[in-house]
Amino acid sequence: MGGRSIAAGSMKLKGMVKHAIGSGRSVTYMPRPGDGAPRGVTLIPGDGIGPLVTRAVEQVMEAMHAPVYFERYEVHGDMKRVPEEVLESIRKNKVCLKGGLKTPVGGGVSSLNVQLRKELDLYASLVNCFNLPGLPTRHHNVDIVVIRENTEGEYSGLEHEVVPGVVESLKVMTKFCSERIAKYAFEYAYLNNRKTVTAVHKANIMKLADGLFLESCRQVATKYPSIRYNEIIVDNCCMQLVSKPERFDVMVTPNLYGNLVANTAAGIAGGTGVMPGGNVGGDHAVFEQGASAGNVGNEKLVEQKEANPVALLLSSAMMLRHLRFPSFADRLETAVKRVISEGKYMTKDLGGVSTTQEVVHAVIANLD
Amino acid sequence: MTTARSIIPLLNRLISRSQPSRSVTYMHRPGDGSPRPVTLIPGDGVGPLVTDAVEQVMEAMHAPVYFEKFEVHGTMKKFPEEVLDSIRKNKVCIKGGLATPMGGGVNSLNVYLRKELDLYASLVNCFNMRGLPTRHENVDIVVIRENTEGEYAGLEHEVVPGVVESLKVITKFCSERIASYAFEYAYLNNRKKVTAVHKANIMKLADGLFLEACREVAQKYPAIQYNEIIVDNCCMQLVSKPEQFDVMVTPNLYGNLVANTAAGICGGTGVMPGGNVGAEHAVFEQGASAGNVGKDSIVAQKTANPVALLLSSAMMLRHLQFPAFADRLETAVQKVILQAKVRTKDLGGSSTTQEVVDAVIDALD
Repeated sequence: MGGRSIAAGSMKLKGMVKHAIGSGRSVTYMPRPGDGAPRGVTLIPGDGIGPLVTRAVEQVMEAMHAPVYFERYEVHGDMKRVPEEVLESIRKNKVCLKGGLKTPVGGGVSSLNVQLRKELDLYASLVNCFNLPGLPTRHHNVDIVVIRENTEGEYSGLEHEVVPGVVESLKVMTKFCSERIAKYAFEYAYLNNRKTVTAVHKANIMKLADGLFLESCRQVATKYPSIRYNEIIVDNCCMQLVSKPERFDVMVTPNLYGNLVANTAAGIAGGTGVMPGGNVGGDHAVFEQGASAGNVGNEKLVEQKEANPVALLLSSAMMLRHLRFPSFADRLETAVKRVISEGKYMTKDLGGVSTTQEVVHAVIANLD
Repeated sequence: MTTARSIIPLLNRLISRSQPSRSVTYMHRPGDGSPRPVTLIPGDGVGPLVTDAVEQVMEAMHAPVYFEKFEVHGTMKKFPEEVLDSIRKNKVCIKGGLATPMGGGVNSLNVYLRKELDLYASLVNCFNMRGLPTRHENVDIVVIRENTEGEYAGLEHEVVPGVVESLKVITKFCSERIASYAFEYAYLNNRKKVTAVHKANIMKLADGLFLEACREVAQKYPAIQYNEIIVDNCCMQLVSKPEQFDVMVTPNLYGNLVANTAAGICGGTGVMPGGNVGAEHAVFEQGASAGNVGKDSIVAQKTANPVALLLSSAMMLRHLQFPAFADRLETAVQKVILQAKVRTKDLGGSSTTQEVVDAVIDALD
């Protein structure tokens, strides 16, 4: 790949040819007049490490002079609902970048993260888990994209206590939602030159519910004959993920399994601090850290300002591509990968001692 | 056992890691040595191969058990009543897996057996074995999973065409007894910590009820550390820092996934022992099976790994109060793994099931 000369210097991008991002191709993007006009993006700092890492993104965007400007809104996990003005802003801008919103355990407050996804019908959650050069892990050649249904399934929020001490929790699966998530997964594979889509299910036990999901996947698969399709039961999937993760490519899953598979895959590829992701629907897209293991970072990280900004920086690069600014996205990803591959500025979760700010400075210094 | 220890120092550490290096003098009551009957269900796929391995080793040890064999297959509509009667009489059963057809109207017979005999606790012990290098070290996790309710209630219906509801049922009764079992297990096996796995931030009532039950039981065992972890964080921690986990208590579905993940990081489903236990009966089988009964090629070439079921049968011998036989069996299996000469394909070798069995019999004291 001749374009490697662009990313020369301290880069050791040996195994990353498969990755379209940062592979050093020269992108000549002929814009239409006016394409460079700055786009508005809603920014929600959130709770915990959220403000730290969203601030990191703002700094890097400014250093790159990227054609985006942020409209910041304060939302916290203990609010009852997502404020209407925030939803209005996202509907106007179509794109949002956010930190995590802390969900209280038990009690009556629903998760605001889930509320946002349902309100804007962001039905697909995407997490890209891959090995980064310079970041050694126990597993190699991992490049998995988990596409998870985001609105129904076990997260329908319909529970009731039948009699004291007996609770029923409804898992709802519909043909409509299963079909559209399957279509998104195959379309993603098609547009990103991926070879295999694997459906994750437990239809041997939940025959009707997961059976419906599988039927939809099979129907959509027939429309993409050049993409290989297979199915795997979720418990076998977990075991294969930790023993032979290199055999997975794109995975499409219902809501709960997707959460677990995404976090497992993130864990084997380097941790939730580095994996990018986002949520997308028919009309809107919200980008955030790919997998968050259900928390917003421990308090020590927040106090000592040592949260890892890499995940959100890579997600913001996905956002730049979504907004059709591919060369800015490439610059950002290349800089981040250089920083990781040099290994000098890494936060605690990657085995280093740097603060968030030091990593941000290193990324800015590495921008072309 | 003394001879083995003096010859191989590594083996010494290995033994003292899985059990204290004591010389067992078990003063039995007269008549304790009379043979106990155990129901044996070979099952489907690799089942017959590996249960046959257990039978051979038991015979070689002259263990005081005899097997009553019954044919059951996953394609049967119901579990034969005579088999259930036999298990009720013997109280103990050892089985291979029963293949569950996907979709269609046939329910899983494995699940049926657990519900019918009320085997409410499923236990899987996932640990690193000496001589079997894996990507993770210092792993010794016991997953105790609720076996009868939760997502496996089997209650689904199609509301209107294209819309399905699947019920997840959680009760205080079942949550309490599984939590009690987990803490009791920790207490009896000198374990330090019990971790409850849940997703109560999303399923607030259902998993909230489970957590409440765990917290109540935890208070009765102040010497055992108790903590809680959300299941997605748990999966991630399992693959990055598994050494932090000790005993884990989980509802049905999460337990399945956590057990298979933990088995995967320690060497695979071919080596991890486990079993299902209720108040009155116990059924031992391979710890984690990743939902299948083995590939056809493994069955055809007879290269299934018998280690998991052999270790489960050792657990069964302890359950039947024959500790010295259990120790002999485990020591022999661990010796074979450590020497690394005879191994099936899933562990990187090329031996057949029979070769592993012969090696284990050779290694018996």
